[in-house]
Amino acid sequence: MEQAAIELRGIKKRFGELEVIKGIDLAARRGEVIALIGTSGSGKSTLLRCINLLEAPDEGEIIFDGEALDLKRGRDGTLHAANREQITRLRAGIGFVFQNFNLWPHMTVLDNVIEAPVHVLGIPRKQALAEAETLLEKVGLAEKQRTYPAFLSGGQQQRAAIARTLAMHPAVILLDEPTSALDPELVGEVLGVIRQLAEEGRTMLIVTHEMRFARDVAHRVVFLHAGRIEEEGPPSRVFGNPRSERCRAFLATHLAEPQGESN
Amino acid sequence: MNWQVMIDSFPALAEGALITLELVVISGILGVLLAVPMAMARVSPRPWLRALPLAHIYFFRGTPLLVQIYLVYYGLGQFEAVRDSVLWPYLREAYWCAIIAFTLNTSAYTAEILRGAIQSVPRGEVEAAETVGMSPALIWRRIRLPRAFRIALPAYSNEVILMLKGSALASTITLMDLTGVARTIIARTYTPVELFLAAGLLYVVLAFLILGGFRLVERRLNRHLQPG
Ligand SMILES: Nc1ncnc2c1ncn2[C@@H]1O[C@H](COP(=O)(O)OP(=O)(O)O)[C@@H](O)[C@H]1O
Ligand SMILES: [Mg+2]
Repeated sequence: MEQAAIELRGIKKRFGELEVIKGIDLAARRGEVIALIGTSGSGKSTLLRCINLLEAPDEGEIIFDGEALDLKRGRDGTLHAANREQITRLRAGIGFVFQNFNLWPHMTVLDNVIEAPVHVLGIPRKQALAEAETLLEKVGLAEKQRTYPAFLSGGQQQRAAIARTLAMHPAVILLDEPTSALDPELVGEVLGVIRQLAEEGRTMLIVTHEMRFARDVAHRVVFLHAGRIEEEGPPSRVFGNPRSERCRAFLATHLAEPQGESN
Repeated sequence: MNWQVMIDSFPALAEGALITLELVVISGILGVLLAVPMAMARVSPRPWLRALPLAHIYFFRGTPLLVQIYLVYYGLGQFEAVRDSVLWPYLREAYWCAIIAFTLNTSAYTAEILRGAIQSVPRGEVEAAETVGMSPALIWRRIRLPRAFRIALPAYSNEVILMLKGSALASTITLMDLTGVARTIIARTYTPVELFLAAGLLYVVLAFLILGGFRLVERRLNRHLQPG
């Protein structure tokens, strides 16, 4: 079997009494785009955040390209990185795109993009700048290099955040509702950039409520319900003929309204 | 009103004002250097590290500055180790005692201002730094502290003005700061109103200079903020 770019085994996560992720296995092949869908509160963000340990899982294994993440149990009972060098290296190779962009506001767009390449990867500043300019051009922000994030629209900020992620040459990109914080008219420009990444053959896990986008771009759709994978399969099957009643109901409400991709 | 005595005293008062400014600037800088590690400890996830600077912070915020100045000025000489140390020639001087007292005092307040600023850096910005593989030390250096300094700036400028006014207490340990000079001249001329009025005006000028300096720094460091 071909080695997965990323593999999750038996991930569990609880917040106090509330068990949010109840044992999830999921693997993404290289170049695969997986859309995670499900109602609000079903655990999509938590699952995504467990992958790079933004959230400490209670149980499970996380494997990147055959390399198992070294975990140890902390005093609070959750799993933490046992090896600082490893988690830093692996995180550098996993992009994460947030719903709220989370650009560093005290740096220009260009400085946001070169920050990690220069200070984490140790790439010479000049080279990082050249690469950043190429990336910003690619996401359509060539003119905004010297601008501070607060002076950009939400769509521009998210595209800058994507460029910041791409600058690390991530093997896998995790996107948590990248267009949910955007005004409807700005959703299309961001989905356009993500679609381009999919066409380049990048491995991506994307939490989204844009069902049309998921159907067009994802290779596989995973429907999460109450911390479990309730249904998964190719988009044509999941959208065309969902087996689970809950998935059917979810899709009925979310496919009804036309979702906003314009290009 | 005796204007002549005001005019005649001006050069001496100006020199005192310079000493005052020196006290404020030097203890301000040293105070920030002390405050940064204390503020970092205050937001640590480790309880013992959080508790470490508490005694310092509560003592220097909870006791009068005058008491702190006296403790340093009269207290340090009580210790043989201090008297025998190479620093004693400095530590016996009112000037350095005032600097030490002011530094310790302002560091406690500044640590609290910084702690609040660090805590108000949005969590997502720190998470974004984690996701690109930045180490905790790098995140402090590149994200959390630079952001916190910018957030803290307005509150910190206020602390410096309070320190400027508090520095008048240095005159009680014979220091020739602005207030010290005024009191010395008054002892000779018996014109307290004129001298304190002149000194007050010079304090206003100092405050104006300090606030102006902060405004410049703020305009430069916070140009990333959306105007209006
Ligand atoms: N840090 C947290 N502390 C406590 N509860 C949380 C935390 N994060 C998420 N939850 C809870 O976990 C559940 C799943 O949240 P989340 O993963 O954000 O769902 P989704 O992204 O699918 O909307 C929700 O009930 C949410 O309230
Ligand atoms: Mg979510």
